[in-house]
Amino acid sequence: MFLTYLRRELRRRMRQAIVIALGLALGIGLVITVTAASNGVKNSQTDVLHSLFGVGTDITVTKPPASGQTQSIGIGIRQQVKSEVKGGSSVSAVNVNVNQLLNSQYSTLTSAQLAQVTRIHNVTAAVGGLALVDGTVTGTIPAASLGKGQGKSINSNLTENSFTVDGVDLTHAQSGPLSTAKITSGTMLTAADTNADDALVDSGYAAQNRLHVGGTVDVGGTTFKIMGIASVPQSGSPPNVYIPLAKAQALGKTGSTALTNEVNTIYVTAASASDISAIQSSISQALPGVTVTDQNNLASEVTGSISSASTLANDLGKWLSVAVLIAAFLVASLLTIAAVARRVREFGTLKALGWRSRRIIAQVMGESMVIGIVGGAAGVGLGFAGAALIGMLAPPLSATVGANDAASIASGSAGNQLGNAFKAVTDTAHTVSVKLTAPVTIDIVLLAVVLAVAGGLIAGSFGGWRAARLRPAAALARVE
Amino acid sequence: MYELSGVVKDYKKGRTIVHALRRVDMVIEDGEWLAIQGPTGHGKSTLLQILGGLDRPTSGTVELDGMNLTRMRETALTKVRSRMIGFIFQTFNLIPTLNALENVEVALVPLGVHGAERRERAEQALASVGLGDRLRHLPSELSGGQQQRVAIARALVKEPKVLLADEPTGNLDEGTRDEIVGLLDKLRRERGLTLVLVTHDSTVAARARRIGQMRDGLLTVGQATSNHPA
Repeated sequence: MFLTYLRRELRRRMRQAIVIALGLALGIGLVITVTAASNGVKNSQTDVLHSLFGVGTDITVTKPPASGQTQSIGIGIRQQVKSEVKGGSSVSAVNVNVNQLLNSQYSTLTSAQLAQVTRIHNVTAAVGGLALVDGTVTGTIPAASLGKGQGKSINSNLTENSFTVDGVDLTHAQSGPLSTAKITSGTMLTAADTNADDALVDSGYAAQNRLHVGGTVDVGGTTFKIMGIASVPQSGSPPNVYIPLAKAQALGKTGSTALTNEVNTIYVTAASASDISAIQSSISQALPGVTVTDQNNLASEVTGSISSASTLANDLGKWLSVAVLIAAFLVASLLTIAAVARRVREFGTLKALGWRSRRIIAQVMGESMVIGIVGGAAGVGLGFAGAALIGMLAPPLSATVGANDAASIASGSAGNQLGNAFKAVTDTAHTVSVKLTAPVTIDIVLLAVVLAVAGGLIAGSFGGWRAARLRPAAALARVE
Repeated sequence: MYELSGVVKDYKKGRTIVHALRRVDMVIEDGEWLAIQGPTGHGKSTLLQILGGLDRPTSGTVELDGMNLTRMRETALTKVRSRMIGFIFQTFNLIPTLNALENVEVALVPLGVHGAERRERAEQALASVGLGDRLRHLPSELSGGQQQRVAIARALVKEPKVLLADEPTGNLDEGTRDEIVGLLDKLRRERGLTLVLVTHDSTVAARARRIGQMRDGLLTVGQATSNHPA
């Protein structure tokens, strides 16, 4: 009788049932689409962060550069100019040819500090790396006369060439910058290359500079053989050249200080995602002054259209879905109450016949639940359609992780121009382009089912509450 | 048997209190047919609702076979209604989406009668009111008289002890009225039902064993007529 009564009643007010179901479908469809889009943006962010951060790396540890650290190239130039000037008040023309592998972005961390991080509870791996810049400045500084202790602006004709270099610990390549790299030609560097003058070149940089496997690249004054061309997924902006860490430590300098046994980035892998927060705290305690970054920190620094999409999905989309859903629930509840109001006499009759209130409530709620489930099913369909539309129509998203603040390099007369040239190189912003998809997962479908049931229950509860409150005598006295 | 003692029912209507029933004392014997007449708004339907446990008096007691309906909890009262009391309404009060058979079956739902037995009993009840060939018809496909027959079948299918009818012929033409009253009388006699029938129609009331007159909430019950068997 329950099902017969329910079926007939829904058929009687089919138009109203369709309106309620469509309202719920719209709300649920929107929630699914927005949630799927939000997941898609998250996935895209994860892809981006993996490409920028490194798969298997949960945390990176760096230390901000010390004050004055970025003047190193100026020192190089000044040293050369100084060697040409023998204490006189005038300077003859100076031919400049400086090549340095510089640590300009970060302060260094010692191997003891790396070991400290390795010993932290739930750290499964901690790998050191060196992010450096290879800079070459060539040209001539024209003759000029200088008073003692004077600085003077000199119009020089200097050209600069620079590229980024990562020193990679090849014994632990599963973490760090090479973890996401794919070799498009040649071979990957291995642990056997730890002390070799072998290098990998990024595919973009290789194409730009016509470098190829078997060729050579000069880093810090040493010629490295190109063993492979590496590509980072999602077209990230990786280092231009990868060389073994030991070589980078031997060739690189911070100012005039060698980098022996030092690193400037530590890539940390946690035992599980839930440990990341605790590990971050432990690192901050163990190494005061360092910057501890995880993917979430990095995500907050991501800008570009992916960030806008994320904001749109999380803020506008979420609230729009919630608003539509609330409206749908409200409409469903009001229409159900209205339907109950029209059936007061009917329910009064049933009460007179001995039907308990709870049976009548069950009848009303059953009807609402069926409408909710139909609305939910339609909503899932709408949600899938919306997600598919996003996949088809959404433009590619770009993600940009903020530029390094390695910044101003030089001071002093000749150094300024060189410093500006280097600043352009070291201020690299990493931009990645990703395609937005809106994956509808089983979780989202379950969410839709829960919402549909909730919608039905809410609407049915209001209707049922109204029906339960009816006094049979008053209900029968109602004139229709 | 009904025993009413000092039954008062007051309603609050805005700021004024309406005295629908003013101390009604009455006994209705088992198998008796009592017709209640009186002008509209003088308490006839209120009395019927109190007899049926649909409403509670402001004061006084109503006993049915020794059970005090006024003190019963709602669930117990619902059970009494489902087992012992059949209702017939002026506007039939059939559920429009259910066919004749299903409308009758509805009365057996609270008794926990299921499936084939429920259908069989409903069919028998409809056959007993002459609608054995209209089982699958919706109320909208039946005439007024046929709808009231379905309502009578619905009231009787649970084999109640009491039948309470509120203007059962109020919406029917004379011919149909006589048919329905005849049917009620026949069924009452066959089943030994107590029938309390509210009506404006003196022709209908005249067929009852006793007639009560309601005026301003006061009930005056006449003597039983000898020509109508209880």
